[in-house]
Amino acid sequence: MNLFGFFRARNTAPVARERLQILLAHERAIVGGSDLAAILREEILAVISKHVAIDQDKVQVKLDRGGSISTLEIDIEMPAFEGK
Amino acid sequence: MSKVLVVTSGKGGVGKTTSTASLGAALAAAGQKVVVVDFDVGLRNLDLVMGAERRVVYDLINVVNGDAKLAQALIRDKRNDNLSLLAASQTRDKDALNLEGVTKVIEQLREKFDWVLCDSPAGIEKGALLAMYHADLAVVVTNPEVSSVRDSDRIIGMLDSKTAKAERGEKMEKVLLLTRYDQARAARGEMLKVEDVLEILSIPLLGIVPESQEVLRASNLGAPVVMSSPNCAPSRAYADAVRRLQGETVPMNIPVDRTGLFAKFLNWRVS
Ligand SMILES: Nc1ncnc2c1ncn2[C@@H]1O[C@H](COP(=O)(O)OP(=O)(O)OP(=O)(O)O)[C@@H](O)[C@H]1O
Ligand SMILES: [Mg+2]
Repeated sequence: MNLFGFFRARNTAPVARERLQILLAHERAIVGGSDLAAILREEILAVISKHVAIDQDKVQVKLDRGGSISTLEIDIEMPAFEGK
Repeated sequence: MSKVLVVTSGKGGVGKTTSTASLGAALAAAGQKVVVVDFDVGLRNLDLVMGAERRVVYDLINVVNGDAKLAQALIRDKRNDNLSLLAASQTRDKDALNLEGVTKVIEQLREKFDWVLCDSPAGIEKGALLAMYHADLAVVVTNPEVSSVRDSDRIIGMLDSKTAKAERGEKMEKVLLLTRYDQARAARGEMLKVEDVLEILSIPLLGIVPESQEVLRASNLGAPVVMSSPNCAPSRAYADAVRRLQGETVPMNIPVDRTGLFAKFLNWRVS
């Protein structure tokens, strides 16, 4: 094993940390760490799509859990307005 | 006012039972009246760690079913009068516990004790849910390792949605107990650091319990580590955690055992 390989094999905690951050951001939103957030997400989507045709792929939902408050971040890309 | 505390984790084998026993014993040593309750039906172990395995006559299920009175099932610790144990049953029937029965027992325990510490089984099934349901406060036991952190995240989500407090719309208080921590390996980047786990789980830190041979020694002897070896690193971590539970502000540190090179050198010189 070369020197680079030696260091790479040892210093694995940062990789663990990054993988966890990505995974948990996903799991909190989809599997729903909190059921309330999952319900809110569904209903907000339903309300918006009643009025605007939105592309499901252009919708990003992120649940962030903080010490005292949690935030539900919803980022929706709207279709361009066709009015004059 | 009594407090019901659940020691939970999602993942198995991270140190829930070890921590329940030591937090209980340290609270009792501080003069609090404490009961530790084993919710791990079918796989009870708290009795062994407490060294009371030969004194179990009646258990939690017997009380729930009305086969025994609570007073008959409570086992008082021989080393400290303030500390009692309510053992789990060894039955294989997973449905032996139900919410109604647990609710009644917890109500009675609240009347008798200042602290009710519930040792949760691993997993996210019925047993874990029953153990957490009545909690006022949750101690989330986590090892600095990916699967443990992920499972703790799951459990935090359940504490926020599946407990009596959550159902009443109240906020569940949750604190992190990082166990089996190896500072040297974390410093070398081989293991998640305290800050990494805290950032990911974002709940307040109750304490950092280092990996130590003293824990195994204590369980061999049948005593919470804070009793068998009160000055070792994990015991100091548990004692500090208990002071924090009681509202004290204690500076956070990672206790270390004095068994480094220098201590070995001293031993060698003496012998
Ligand atoms: N700080 C520590 N240092 C070294 N070993 C430890 C430490 N904490 C716990 N252990 C060991 O880890 C093992 C599992 O501990 P414990 O039984 O407390 O975990 P648990 O979370 O209750 O497990 P389960 O999910 O099966 O109920 C035991 O062998 C115990 O001695
Ligand atoms: Mg256990």
